[in-house]
Amino acid sequence: MTKLVEMTGIEKHFPGVHALKAVQFDLVPGEVHALMGENGAGKSTLMKILSGIYQRDGGTLRINGQEASPTSPREAQDLGIGIIHQELSLMNDLTVAQNIFIGREPRKRFGRLDDAQLNAQTAEIFASMNLALDPKVPVGNLTIAKQQMVEIAKALSYRSRVLIMDEPTAALNDAEIAELFVIIRRLKAEGVGIVYISHKMDELKQIADRVTVMRDGEYVGTVDAAETPISRIIAMMVGREVTEEPLDVPDLTGAETSLEVSNLSRGHDIRDVSFSVQKGEILGFAGLMGAGRTEVARAIFGADPKDSGDIRVHGQPVRIRSPRDAVRAGIGYLSEDRKHFGLATGMNVRDNIALASMDLFTQTGGVLNDADMASNARDYISRLGIRTPSDMQEVRLLSGGNQQKVVIAKWLLRDCDILIFDEPTRGIDVGAKSEIYKLLEDLAEQGKTIIVISSELPEIMRLSHRIAVMCEGRLTGILPGGKNTTQEDIMHLATQRAAAMQVTGTEQ
Amino acid sequence: MTSATDIEKKSPLAGLSESGAYQKLLAFASLIALLIGFSIASPNFMQTSNMIAILQATSVNGVLAVAATLVIITGGIDLSVGTLMTFCAVIAGVVLTYLGMPLLIGVIAAIAAGAFCGLCSGTFVAKMKIPPFIATLGMMLILKGLSLVISGTRPIYFNDTPGFDQISRGSLIGEVFPALPIPNGVLILFLVAISASYILGRTVLGRYTFALGSNEEAVRLSGVNTDMWKMRIYALAGAICGIAGILIASRLNSAQPALGLGYELEAIAAVVIGGTSLSGGRGTILGTLIGALIMAVLTNGLRVLSVAQEWQTVVTGAIIILAVYADMARRRKSG
Repeated sequence: MTKLVEMTGIEKHFPGVHALKAVQFDLVPGEVHALMGENGAGKSTLMKILSGIYQRDGGTLRINGQEASPTSPREAQDLGIGIIHQELSLMNDLTVAQNIFIGREPRKRFGRLDDAQLNAQTAEIFASMNLALDPKVPVGNLTIAKQQMVEIAKALSYRSRVLIMDEPTAALNDAEIAELFVIIRRLKAEGVGIVYISHKMDELKQIADRVTVMRDGEYVGTVDAAETPISRIIAMMVGREVTEEPLDVPDLTGAETSLEVSNLSRGHDIRDVSFSVQKGEILGFAGLMGAGRTEVARAIFGADPKDSGDIRVHGQPVRIRSPRDAVRAGIGYLSEDRKHFGLATGMNVRDNIALASMDLFTQTGGVLNDADMASNARDYISRLGIRTPSDMQEVRLLSGGNQQKVVIAKWLLRDCDILIFDEPTRGIDVGAKSEIYKLLEDLAEQGKTIIVISSELPEIMRLSHRIAVMCEGRLTGILPGGKNTTQEDIMHLATQRAAAMQVTGTEQ
Repeated sequence: MTSATDIEKKSPLAGLSESGAYQKLLAFASLIALLIGFSIASPNFMQTSNMIAILQATSVNGVLAVAATLVIITGGIDLSVGTLMTFCAVIAGVVLTYLGMPLLIGVIAAIAAGAFCGLCSGTFVAKMKIPPFIATLGMMLILKGLSLVISGTRPIYFNDTPGFDQISRGSLIGEVFPALPIPNGVLILFLVAISASYILGRTVLGRYTFALGSNEEAVRLSGVNTDMWKMRIYALAGAICGIAGILIASRLNSAQPALGLGYELEAIAAVVIGGTSLSGGRGTILGTLIGALIMAVLTNGLRVLSVAQEWQTVVTGAIIILAVYADMARRRKSG
């Protein structure tokens, strides 16, 4: 059987770095081939070469057995290579069909658009994917999962035989992931080859046939997905076995209650949520997507308004109406979306660490004490082990894990003792994850109060001293951390929906 | 691991961080090239008197461009700088000529009026969440109208205020070094530019100016009162427009209420040529100054070469497009 893609000895240099060193990769029709590796391992660079965004410096690339060197995404498309980017590139105000055929709309005479033809062709593609979707709906009205289907349909409309999916499930919930996998399996059956880039290990087992691992721009190996244990794949990625340390739940009897939230409500998103956290405790928040965990965090932090609810910090009632009030009360919030809500990425490490504490460095006349800012930044860089060439490095050039540490440093410098982490390891690779976990545990040990929101159950179970579970805006229960709580216990609470009567009775 | 991490992220972007500096360098090189080119083309160009005329011509636009730079770095835009300048000039006229107040009071009134109007724009943008383009467009028209209403559509002359015209036309430097009669207007431009540069580089206000342009939401979620800081920046920009108002009134020895429209675009052009990003977060006063000089040299040089005024405008437009294209082309290449 002819291989769809065959890459051997691929070399790529960027000024100052050897990004790909003799990397190989191949794809046969009807398989899902996972490409794994930590951030910076070279996966994206390799796929950018395949999809014509970058040109290789050495090695050979064969597509359908023919040597090829696509020099633009357009050329790659013509060769049957479609790529679905992590960040979807759809136009929200255009309809599904208009998005799929953007730039090559069917036309009638005198350049008039043929909308009937457009919608019919789109419906045809959906039919072949066995997907029930109206071509005339604006893309903005669809869920992220459905938008992803539209991206796939768009790639297929170019008669792609190879689909590259870059972290396709990053923004999807379990039901939507299942939906996506159905489509992937159908494409497989039709002989499409799929390159699947993901950080989620459990997905590999479900969907991938083979796994190729890269590390530091080098090819590590290709293994069978079904037969290889996950620990082996992780070991290939990080170059060592990652040992899971057992969770040690500290005895907190007598510890001060540092944060107490009672009867927090906002519309349908947050329904009468009450809980408290102690000094030195890590409270995990589990739940499915849309359960309202982030909403609770943002309401406590004052980032969004709340309808009602009281918040006490160290026993004192506090009025929090803006992030400024929350920060004054000693609460820091670390968003899941660091780029949009956590960091001024165009600014350097020094400024970002000082961002919440500028008053500490302000002298008379509003003049900044830069020397003081620098020494503080360097102090945190060494304390948290932030890997950066200097405190003047722009934050966007750091890896995800190091960016997260910069945000942590920002709040520690501000002297916040209640820290809310929303998806602390999203977009952070496996090796750096355990480092972040260790950091959170150290912070709790030093007497900080930690709240961790995470969609990954293993992460919740690895960290939490207690586990709060939410479903549809309600807090459905708080479980003890440690060995006695199972994933099933959490899932049970996470899916415990309110009876319809109750909801209308209390909320309308 | 660090080196691996850097591979994908750093390499294509490494050049970007210096692109502001690059554009500044490019702008500076263009300025020198223009100077050399015009000197060769016409012997009248490289005369001390002509150089001073160029600097004098730069002063008003330069000051306005400094004001525009501040707002643009926050990710906003200020279309009202031109008519605000005129409004402040008219206020100075009312205070000095109609009310007969002392010179210093007139100057303070003009700057205060500028700061107040800037604060209004800032409030519209920060508190009422009106997009800066719309808020300052409205402000531009309001101020244009108010200038005409207050002055009764007639110019106000400063003949009764001795020394007013010396603010711009006199030359303190010339008194000390008679060989270099650089007018005070130019001196004021440089003082404004140095102060603004200091504020941007060394103060909290400046640091937040860049931070707001870089990622406003992240700054807000850091517990910073972003609305207040934004209003302060607009107010500061307004005050600088007030200084420009004094400069132009002094140079014309009158407040011309019909003047002002179009100045905002010249100011923004100088900012853009100087390498400040219209999407915010990046920019320098030095770049803006060079941008303003390029525009003045161009206008002057073409006039010396007897190119018709209409064509001067065409060339200026082309230069703006070229300047930004050069920066974009370089970014694309490195990205």
